[in-house]
Amino acid sequence: MTQQNNQTLGTIGVKTQVAAPALLALLLGAFLIIGTGFAHSDAIHSAAHDSRHSFAFPCH
Amino acid sequence: MFRRIFATALIAGLLSGFGISVVQEFTTTPIIIHAEKFEGGKVGDPQKQSLPHRGLKLISPALAHGDNSKKTHSDEGAWAPDDGIERTLFTTIANVLTGTGFALIMVACFAIAGSPINGRTGVLWGLAGFGIISLAPALGLPPEVPGAMAAELSGRQTWWFFCVAATAAGLWCMIFRKGVPWALAGIILVALPHLIGAPQPERVGGPVPPEIAAHFVAASLFTAAVFWCLTGWLAGTFWARFAPEE
Repeated sequence: MTQQNNQTLGTIGVKTQVAAPALLALLLGAFLIIGTGFAHSDAIHSAAHDSRHSFAFPCH
Repeated sequence: MFRRIFATALIAGLLSGFGISVVQEFTTTPIIIHAEKFEGGKVGDPQKQSLPHRGLKLISPALAHGDNSKKTHSDEGAWAPDDGIERTLFTTIANVLTGTGFALIMVACFAIAGSPINGRTGVLWGLAGFGIISLAPALGLPPEVPGAMAAELSGRQTWWFFCVAATAAGLWCMIFRKGVPWALAGIILVALPHLIGAPQPERVGGPVPPEIAAHFVAASLFTAAVFWCLTGWLAGTFWARFAPEE
């Protein structure tokens, strides 16, 4: 029983260990894409202009 | 796990961003520069440029809305990279950041899915990314050359995010869940953004010849396919390489 509990805790531990960095990576990835592809700032738009068109992000 | 996710994504994003910048120089960038000549009114029928009206906008090139070297537009004070090396440099930086962003999301999905990944299965994830990010939104909002006509920007961006989210959810239902109800739910989710429809301009036209616009759609989708296969392969390869030793 104790061993089973330990295994359960171990599984939950692994999931938390994966979930936190994975969530952080998802958020940082989304931040980068929104920044380069979607931000309405004129300067960012000008700098990333050709990249936005090539990736077919809605532009202008 | 933190180090494995971020090391994989950063290396894959950096390499795919640089790689796709080289490909773009031969595929999409020449067409963008060609289209800007029409958009700037140097070639073609200037009458066509009187078409925009309420609720309709011309998709214009980088801020100067024409030749960057002749800042005659009202945006004269706004910054834009000069044509040539500076413009290529900023495009490459944007590609590397975008590539890293997509690689981070893809590698996060590797970690959450938990199944073994290598370069070959990474390409399959890349193809899913191509379907979700490039192919599905292109059905409602085809890749646009500078000078094309389009509906208001915020509406298109909102529809783009909706389409990406629905397609991703739909593919998840079809790939990671078994049974007819899940498959049906997946098909409905993938189809839903297109049944609702993307915002479209009230009229079409603009100064850029349709042949150039059509060529750009093919070049953009081709380039995206290369980018996604490359990112998937790199991410899968480094994900396997950085696996903890048993």
